[in-house]
Parts: sequence; structure tokens; C-alpha cells
Amino acid sequence: MTSTTAGGQVHACLSGVTRVYPGAAGHHAVHALGPLDLDLRRGEFFAVVGPSGCGKSTLLEVLAGLQRPTAGTVTFEGRAVAGVVPDGVGVVFQEDASFPWLTVSDNAGFGLRRSGMAEPEIRRRVDDALAFMGLKDFARAYPSQLSGGMRQRVCIARTLVLQPRLILLDEPFGALDAQTRLLMGDEVLRLWRSTGATVLLITHALDEAAMLSDRIGAMSARPGRFMEIIETGWPRERNSTIVGEAAFGEITGRLWENLRGESLKSLGIAKLAAE
Amino acid sequence: MSRVGLIRLGVVAAMIGALEAACRSGLIDPRVVIPPSEMAEALVAILASGQINDDIVRTLGVIAVAVAASVVLGFAFGVLIHALPRLRQALDPFFATYYAVPVFIFYPVLIAIFGLSLVPIVLMGVATAIVAMIIATLNGLDRVPRVLTKVAQVHRMGRLATAMRLQLPAAAPYLFTGVKLSVSYGFIAVIAAEFILAPAGLGRDIANAYADFDNRRMYALMLFVLAIATVINAALHALDLSFAKRRGAAP
Repeated sequence: MTSTTAGGQVHACLSGVTRVYPGAAGHHAVHALGPLDLDLRRGEFFAVVGPSGCGKSTLLEVLAGLQRPTAGTVTFEGRAVAGVVPDGVGVVFQEDASFPWLTVSDNAGFGLRRSGMAEPEIRRRVDDALAFMGLKDFARAYPSQLSGGMRQRVCIARTLVLQPRLILLDEPFGALDAQTRLLMGDEVLRLWRSTGATVLLITHALDEAAMLSDRIGAMSARPGRFMEIIETGWPRERNSTIVGEAAFGEITGRLWENLRGESLKSLGIAKLAAE
Repeated sequence: MSRVGLIRLGVVAAMIGALEAACRSGLIDPRVVIPPSEMAEALVAILASGQINDDIVRTLGVIAVAVAASVVLGFAFGVLIHALPRLRQALDPFFATYYAVPVFIFYPVLIAIFGLSLVPIVLMGVATAIVAMIIATLNGLDRVPRVLTKVAQVHRMGRLATAMRLQLPAAAPYLFTGVKLSVSYGFIAVIAAEFILAPAGLGRDIANAYADFDNRRMYALMLFVLAIATVINAALHALDLSFAKRRGAAP
């Protein structure tokens, strides 16, 4: 069962979700997230921004099924997500998660081989994904022979071949330089349009969120909650050239308005945050 | 061959040449050290006669058993200790100081328990080599990126599949370092144990030649042990290099 909201069909939903990490011996428990509600619409590009340590990655991991929420419910395509990553969900992590002992081609086909798919179909999907990500000429290379951006593209290709309906990106460009990030943003937009998947992007970069997203959730300092969800109003056909538009500046300005105080709070500068 | 390789070969050749010249010129008393060319000549004669064939098989066999046991058991203990952090905390000081303790002092005890057989020699080999493998396994497992565990969850892999398909390959370079060290330590321990007390073996042969003032035989056998150790280490190095090349990480 999938419900609908004013903006479209709900694809994934977090309802009253909290996550509290139990304290180790002699330490207090850490209330990382929530309570928090979110309806992800089918096919939308949603970004989450917030200060460091506000629980952005925890939110993604709870939604992916990598962590169980302490309270609340998570659903994907109407089914409860309970500590197991559902079929149809792909995740790209911030850290380099490529396998150094496999070639680019074998990295991309890893998940498909695990699923027992026939080899010709695996080869077709891998070739398509590598061509899409601009890695066709590097199919036989090893990750250590590639740049950081290319290794991240290998990880995206590994996710892409599984044809996920929900793609979760956990600061995938965090370790890249500004220019590469802009170009990778274009790649992700192209991927989003061609697959029709729903995308949730976790990022600390306000410009990245403003450029890529249909909606942006601005989170508070820990425990993370959505303070505001901003509709960008961008057309589906967009690319990094929108950073020159006036609306882009307005969106990033509004995000910073939301986040400045929370970022100071997260840094422990409460006095400045109150001003 | 690379320029560095040529320089390395040149250094070895120069040292052998210097020793040859020193022995031939009388700078070194030939009753103490014989020229390397004579060592090689004597070795060829001994090998051709077949008189040490049994000792070669015995010594290399014992080394193979000791190293195999050290690698398998060291890896198993390493995995177990890694999974039990408190046990690891308790054992860490022992591992850190293990090679500061001369484990050879226990050799007479092992002979007293097991008799003058192969068992005490194998046990000395294992006792010397196993900790290197345990430490390498712990080091390798520590360095498996945590993100791989999340990737395994995304691909809905079980614990065994995660261990075999992701953690083991990720830790492999460190494990191979453990294997190389185990081979070196095993080799040293077995030859040394034979040298101290054993009914047969290459180490025993060297000790007998030393006791009989048979310099030609002693140096020939020492050259043979050196040659075997060099060949085994070169083979392991080449294997390591080919693994590194496969990962695109070769120098």
C-alpha cells in the first residue's frame, strides 16, 4: 500500500522516528535523531542538510534499514523496514567503498553476481552502467589506479546496476574538490532523470543541496529534527548552470538562515547562536 | 632488471668478491673461512653425491609442517581474539613482548616431554612463527574499512559471506605479511633447533661438520641453507608483488 500526499505518491516514509544510542559504561545515552517525520515522494530528489553531528547519516541508515529506530516506524513502498535493507534500495556511502581487489567491472557487477543473475545479463548491465558513469575505458582497471571521484563513480555504478527504486547518497562527494563535486552533481542529476528513482541525498554543502534537489530538509542540531522543508521549484531538466540564477542564491541564503544558529549550537557557541 | 635491482646485485657480487679475495690473499685464514668459490664447489659435490637428500627432505618437510600449522592456527586464533575484545586487551602485552623472550629456552623441556623426535622441532617452529601470524591477522582485521560491513548489509550478505567475500580479501595484504614472517621465523627456528639437538636434518649436519672441523662441508651446507632461504623469500616477494599488481598497488 502506498499513500499519497499533496505533492505526489509517498515512496518511503518515516513516522515519529527517533534514534538513541545507548551510552557505553560511564557515559550518557546519545539522543541522535528525532522525533522526526518525512514523506519521500516517488521520483523526487530530496536533500538533507544540517550541522555536523545532527544525525543526517543516522537518518539515512535508519531509512535504509542499516539501523533500527529506537521508536517510530519506517516504510518503503508501503512495507515496514525493520533492520534489513529492502530490495530496491541502493546506498552510496561517503567513504570509498570500492573493493581494491576487484577490477572496476567486477566491482560494478558484485551485487548482481551475488544475486545469481545470468552472466550475459550481468555483462550487459555492467557495460551500460560503466558507459553511463564514463568508466567504460577503465573497466579492467583497479580502484587504486583511479582518482577519488572515479572511485565514487564505481560505487555509484555498483548501485546503479541493481536498478534501485530508492537511491540513498550519504555525502558521496564529501571528499572531492569543489569543481569535481559540481560535475558529479550533474552526473547524479542525469542518473536521477534516466532511472526515475527517488533520491535522498545527505550533504553538508548548501550549494550542492540547492542545485540538485526538488526539496531540501534543513535539520536542527542534535537531536536532529526538520526545522523547515524548502521546495526549490527547479524544473526536472536542470544542471549545474543553475548556480548562476538568482533563485539559487535565495535558496542557499534561506538554508543558511535556518542553519547558522544550529551550526553554532553544534559547535558549542551558544552565545553567538542566541544573537 | 631495474637499476635498483642491478645495484643490489652488484653489492652482493662485490661482497662475495671481497670475501673471495680476502681468503685467497691470506687476509682471512682459510682454516677459519674458505673462499666462496670453494664453498660452491663443495656444495655441488655434496648435492651430486646425494648424501644429504634425506636431510633436505626432512628439514624442508618439518619447516613446511611448522609454517602451515602456524599460518592456519595463527589465523584462527587471530580471528577469535579479534572477536573477543576483552581477551585481546588481556593478551596484547604478551604479543607486544613475545619476541623479546627467547622461546628457545623451552626446547629442552619439549625434548624431555616428547623425546628426540620431530615433534619438539615442529613445536619450536610453531612457537616461533605463530605469534607473527596472530599479530598480522589482528592488524589485517583492524584495517578492514568499516564501510564494507555496511556494503555487506546493503547486499544482504550473511556473516560468512561478509567474512569470505569482503573482510578476507580486504585483509589479505596484511595476512600475507604474516605468512611471509611465519616462513622466515619457522625456517630459523627449525634449523636452529636441529643445530642444538636433533637426530638428523640440515641444521644437525652443519653442527656435525662444525664439531668435526670440516670447514668445506660446514660452509657448503651453510651456503645451501642461505640459498634455499633466499629462493623461498624471493618467491614469496614475487607472489606479494603479483597480488599488489592485481590491486594496482605495485610500486
